[in-house]
Amino acid sequence: MSHESLQTLWFVLIAVLWIGFYFLEGFDFGVGMLLPFLGRRDEERRAIINTVGPVWDGNEVWLLAAGGATFAAFPHWYATMFSGFYLAFFLLLVGLILRGISFEYRSKDARPRWRHTFDWMIAVGSFLPALLFGVALANLVQGLPINKDMMFTGNLFTLLNPFGLIGGLTMVTVFLLHGANFLTLKLEGDMRERARSYAKRLYIPAAIMVLVLAVTTYMFTDITTKIGIDPGVTPVASVAALLVAIYFINAKREGWAFASTGVHIVLTQVAFFTLMYPRVMISSTHPAFSLTIQNASSSQYTLGVMSIVALVFVPVVLAYQGWTYYMFRKRISTKKKSLIY
Amino acid sequence: MDPTVLSRWQFGLTTVYHFLFVPLTLGLGWFVAYLQSRYYRTRDEDDHKRVKFWGKLFLINFAIGVVTGIVQEFQFGMNWSGYSRYVGDIFGAPLAIEALMAFFLESTFLGIWIFGEGRVPDKVHEASIWVVAVASNLSALWILLANGWMQHPVGYVINEAAGRAELVDFFALITNSKGWIFFGHTIVAALSTASFFVLGISAWHIARRKHLSIFKPSFQVAAAAGLVAGILVFFSGHTQGQEMYRIQPMKFASVEAHWVTGEPAEYSLITIGDLSGRREVWSLRVPYVLSFLACNNLDCEVRGVYAMQAEYELRYGPGQYIPLMVVTYWTFRFMMTIGFGMILLSALFLHALRKPLENYRWMKWVPWVIVLPYIANTSGWLLTEMGRQPWIVQELLKVEQAVSPNLTVVDLWISLIGFALLYGALAAANFHLMRMYALAGPEAALQESVEPSTAAIGAQN
Repeated sequence: MSHESLQTLWFVLIAVLWIGFYFLEGFDFGVGMLLPFLGRRDEERRAIINTVGPVWDGNEVWLLAAGGATFAAFPHWYATMFSGFYLAFFLLLVGLILRGISFEYRSKDARPRWRHTFDWMIAVGSFLPALLFGVALANLVQGLPINKDMMFTGNLFTLLNPFGLIGGLTMVTVFLLHGANFLTLKLEGDMRERARSYAKRLYIPAAIMVLVLAVTTYMFTDITTKIGIDPGVTPVASVAALLVAIYFINAKREGWAFASTGVHIVLTQVAFFTLMYPRVMISSTHPAFSLTIQNASSSQYTLGVMSIVALVFVPVVLAYQGWTYYMFRKRISTKKKSLIY
Repeated sequence: MDPTVLSRWQFGLTTVYHFLFVPLTLGLGWFVAYLQSRYYRTRDEDDHKRVKFWGKLFLINFAIGVVTGIVQEFQFGMNWSGYSRYVGDIFGAPLAIEALMAFFLESTFLGIWIFGEGRVPDKVHEASIWVVAVASNLSALWILLANGWMQHPVGYVINEAAGRAELVDFFALITNSKGWIFFGHTIVAALSTASFFVLGISAWHIARRKHLSIFKPSFQVAAAAGLVAGILVFFSGHTQGQEMYRIQPMKFASVEAHWVTGEPAEYSLITIGDLSGRREVWSLRVPYVLSFLACNNLDCEVRGVYAMQAEYELRYGPGQYIPLMVVTYWTFRFMMTIGFGMILLSALFLHALRKPLENYRWMKWVPWVIVLPYIANTSGWLLTEMGRQPWIVQELLKVEQAVSPNLTVVDLWISLIGFALLYGALAAANFHLMRMYALAGPEAALQESVEPSTAAIGAQN
């Protein structure tokens, strides 16, 4: 393949890895944020954690794969983004560390205070990354101060601009809704109904945030010059998917509701990555300073080697991860005997 | 402080910390997998308790390795963007492959192992822990191939137009001798670490004559594995030293405080340097030995650091090319002394098996052996990484060129202090749970959780 088509292929592959990460970790971030609110008693909280227990770590590897693939395929993108978002990514790492360790440690000591502390760390550790990934993504689409040497010249507060914050809050509310749908699908009895009532309360804020994000995208990004007033089919379908999700939540069809919020997340990401393409870091300083799939990429040889690796391993990973979800497809009950610690 | 210095401290802190947990994951995984298979073969209650007990400790340790591992992947870009731009074309590949090939397997199958007992077929449950053990060691291979490339860059060309190094031979990257030697040395050191961990905790219970049917067999297996692994650590380490002599002569000479070229070269039994770490005050030396260690031959030439400093200045411009010798010299000696000590201890423990273990009065001191591999592992990495200084990639890129130019001292202090506090808290939680479950014994591992008070009672009776 030519260098150009390899670059496009890798842009798509990296987008797929990020989208997979948001789809999967989206619901387990939501589950984490809902944990202290939905779970009243200890067994309830354990049951909530067990809905993602066997899979959250595998979901998080999508992030590591996306990071590694960005490093390998677009070293300049990786270098500019990770060093540019330094403190934001530091906070993100703190969140992910607190969350991961809490999943594994919260039940291993029976003292209520120990568990209470770790439950809140799961919630905070899910909220922070959801917020910060949203902020980061919105800023990627909006553009950032980047100089001619591909160096980010802002700081943490540059990222916390109106559009960035709208992106962050949208991601938080949508993940909360996606998580509530997932919990309605995975829990039983009373907890299932309570999870459903959370989904019902969350869909209005989520819908408002998505509409705000859609409108402000016209104000803060170059969508009108790049794509036009008509945003094309993907963003429209993404909003439609959210409306369909609301319909299914009300119709008590939680499986379809979860699938619909999933489709919404995937399509929103596709729309944003489409808006970025072929740029990977948009410079607000000068359009010529933007990082693109051409000037940020690895050599043709490296992209070729990595393509072979990806074509061999990605399908295998998808197969066994899908199989895990199939094996653990049963609903989780709060009955003591069925809980696994 | 200078941003480069702060970034180095942060990388050192996060990496040394990460590697406190990794070797136990790599080594104990094999033990737990073996015990799991044994249980499915015998269906014996003691075998079940054993796999649950060591499995619980494995998981408590595993969690920290996972969460601190994410930091490792992020900080090449966060703190070392100059490095990432210059060598990303080469170095990114093994990291991406590590995630695709190893991390997915490891995390997915660990989930199956934890949650799958009684829910998935026994064969699948048994296989899942073996997959975890293989995958975690596979991840070690890829990250060590990446590190091996930093010590011994191969398979690349410099693209002047793009201003970076580019990969031209992937096969050379994955067959890099340095990476494979690292890998061999690391996995046997990990097995040795796990052996001493099992020995120490088993001894604690044996000395108190508790759960003898559980812990005596564990002690026995760990003593045997510890001896075999210890000997392999020695041989792989020796190979690594000779490889270092060949491809990183400056590091080799600094490890041995070898100032002046010698043919044959004498070996420093003990050297006292000054505080700069680059000047000798006093030393005691034996002739021929260093030549023998370097190339199995009593009179080959071993170049000294002063000659190489002069040569590097001619080749790469003025600068300090001698690593901080007080670190390289002494970490090597800590590592070696402990390594030999561990071989001797394993042999002693094996010998002791001839009589009932619970009758030995020294058994109550054995738990302290757990600290030995941790000191040796940390020393080994400090030596490897600090011995490469001032290079981040040997003779290709210096550390000062690698650091992210946009970071301020404030950014770096926030993240450095933040990581130090967070990692300190993680270590405290980890130590608390490890101690509680290790002392509470096998019954507690079968329960969902333990109260610290019941664990303490369990420890007393």
